[in-house]
Amino acid sequence: MSTWERFLDTFFNAKVMARYLPDILSGVVVTIELAVLIVISGLAAGLALALLRSLGVRPLNWLIVFVVDLFRSLPPLVIIVLMYFGLPAAGLSPSGFVSTWLSLAFVLMAFSEEIFWAGITSIPKGQWEASRSTGLSYGQTLMNVVLPQALRLTIPPLTNRTIAITKGTALGTVVAVTEILGQASSAVSNSYNPSPLMMGAAAYIVLFFPVVVAGRWIETKFAWKR
Amino acid sequence: MIQSFFNAEIAAAAMPIVLDGLLNTILLSLLVVPLGLLGGLILALLASVRHPLVRWPLMAWVDFFRAFPPLVLLVLLFAGLPFAGLELGGFACVAIAFFLNTGAYYGEILRAGIDSVPSGQIEAARSTGLSRLQSMAYVVLPQAVRNVLPDLMSNTLEVVKLTSLGSVVAVPELLFQARQAQSVTYNPTPIVMAAVIYFLILWPLVRLLSRLENRALAARR
Amino acid sequence: MAKTIVEARGLHKHFGALHVLKGVDLDVAERELVFVIGPSGSGKSTLLRCLNRLEEPSAGSVVVDGIDLLDPKTDINHARQRIGMVFQSFNLYPHMTALGNVTLALRKVAGKSRAEADAIGRKALERVGLADRADHTPGQLSGGQQQRVAIARAIALEPRVMLFDEPTSALDPELVGSVLGVMRDLRADGMTMVVVSHEMGFARAAADRVLFMDHGVVVEEGPPAAIFENPTQDRTRAFISQIQRH
Repeated sequence: MSTWERFLDTFFNAKVMARYLPDILSGVVVTIELAVLIVISGLAAGLALALLRSLGVRPLNWLIVFVVDLFRSLPPLVIIVLMYFGLPAAGLSPSGFVSTWLSLAFVLMAFSEEIFWAGITSIPKGQWEASRSTGLSYGQTLMNVVLPQALRLTIPPLTNRTIAITKGTALGTVVAVTEILGQASSAVSNSYNPSPLMMGAAAYIVLFFPVVVAGRWIETKFAWKR
Repeated sequence: MIQSFFNAEIAAAAMPIVLDGLLNTILLSLLVVPLGLLGGLILALLASVRHPLVRWPLMAWVDFFRAFPPLVLLVLLFAGLPFAGLELGGFACVAIAFFLNTGAYYGEILRAGIDSVPSGQIEAARSTGLSRLQSMAYVVLPQAVRNVLPDLMSNTLEVVKLTSLGSVVAVPELLFQARQAQSVTYNPTPIVMAAVIYFLILWPLVRLLSRLENRALAARR
Repeated sequence: MAKTIVEARGLHKHFGALHVLKGVDLDVAERELVFVIGPSGSGKSTLLRCLNRLEEPSAGSVVVDGIDLLDPKTDINHARQRIGMVFQSFNLYPHMTALGNVTLALRKVAGKSRAEADAIGRKALERVGLADRADHTPGQLSGGQQQRVAIARAIALEPRVMLFDEPTSALDPELVGSVLGVMRDLRADGMTMVVVSHEMGFARAAADRVLFMDHGVVVEEGPPAAIFENPTQDRTRAFISQIQRH
């Protein structure tokens, strides 16, 4: 066997790959489930916090800023580990899946709140005044005049941040979530062959590369035109 | 509740172990941040050659690492390379993975920074006799860095947080040490300690960043 | 005696330590055009903004068309439909077309269907001479056209009174005429108007009454000829000669 053949046989072993393909695919499903849950709940919670903050209730805003700062400062893996290994001491035992979902959703909530809030505050005061002068209420002005402009402004930074945080689903492997990396790792130790890991890597690229490219396109499309 | 989450006795016992981890996290950060910046600078300088044959492969390279979870990269190096006869150890794997992953992020930021400097600046510098490289180093880069400073700082924050991945490949940084202490004491206090330490160290940076970012977004209009 | 549309009494406004309005009274009769002039910082814009409660007066009362604006029981959003406002910086919504700008409040506050609102909106745009620009966004319009859309946005709600806050100050000189033309048409149609502006020529030709404000009080008021030709107060005289030198 030449070196090249030996390399292929080790890293892209067809037999091993065929054997563990179903495992990897089930990992893909778990990764997608996690990602969708994180994106939806994280962005929704972030927007809700930003809207709450726009009401301008002082003590409430301090609390929001503190929560946001907290989840921006802590490494996601630390939050996941704390939930999974720490909460049982308080009588709660979230599964690895739930720990990963909630942790990353909190992180996305924090980052997106910050971005939504920056978008809302960047809309000039005159927009509020013009709308209020025609009789629209605070809420109507927020929804019809301010948010549409703010969201357009926030889409590029939001897209990049969402992708970066969603990739973190791989961290779930540390708390025994059977997502792609978890499936691939256990397949490697069962088969004594790195091919499943290469499959897992390929699966991530197939999943996330199109999203990154789409993000780049969105970034140019939504760049604010003067 | 307090007994289990912040047990003073366990905290005292775990303190030396956790502080050991903090020291390693700091050392690791001091290694991987410059390493990532170096990787990013190389990418950005290459991208400033505005030839499509250079730019497109670079963009694909950057997007590849933006799509690839850093933990997967790290595990690939740590668990995959030994099958090719290369045993690098956790520390070296972390260094390589960060060079590639955070290098791509820094590279993208620096490229945007260089793009934001008007081409008249290079022309003016070249007209006074400065070489391409000199114009880049003395005229373009300082302005580019200033223009994207919030993004650079934000990415640096992410890199420091990312060093916690070292725990997965047995690098004795803050999270790893805390988990060691936790598994010995059967009590989550050490992990809470690690979280508090991360928060105390990184909070000032987060505060500063949120101010800078608010200003940056407002200026985009 | 014509009906009184705006009745402001003893208006005071503090911004922190700044006392911007120091007891201002203002009555505006139906179909009357009142012009407010004065140096910057005199409180004239604040007075105007108190008349639709964009600024909350610190003391005093504002009654517009029989509705007490400062009564907590008043639905201010409903009342504001009856008080049109035009801003110095247009404040058009950049993410909507001209027609979208005009119809938003018709749909959301007046409860009109989209078709009804569109019909009213197009008529309003026609009145300001921009029927053919209904589908343009503000970014595609000149400053003068933007301000006329802003006027259409206000008149589409059929207000009882229109407030103009320096409507031509942000415009290039060659675009001022088109906006003043629209205001003149409104006047001819009998709209009640309060205008804060430095357009003295327009004031002379169209105003029924001119108020000169300085340091938060009305220094002097009267018909335009009297204020411009024979002011009784030194401060008024100084201000008018300064304005006319430019």
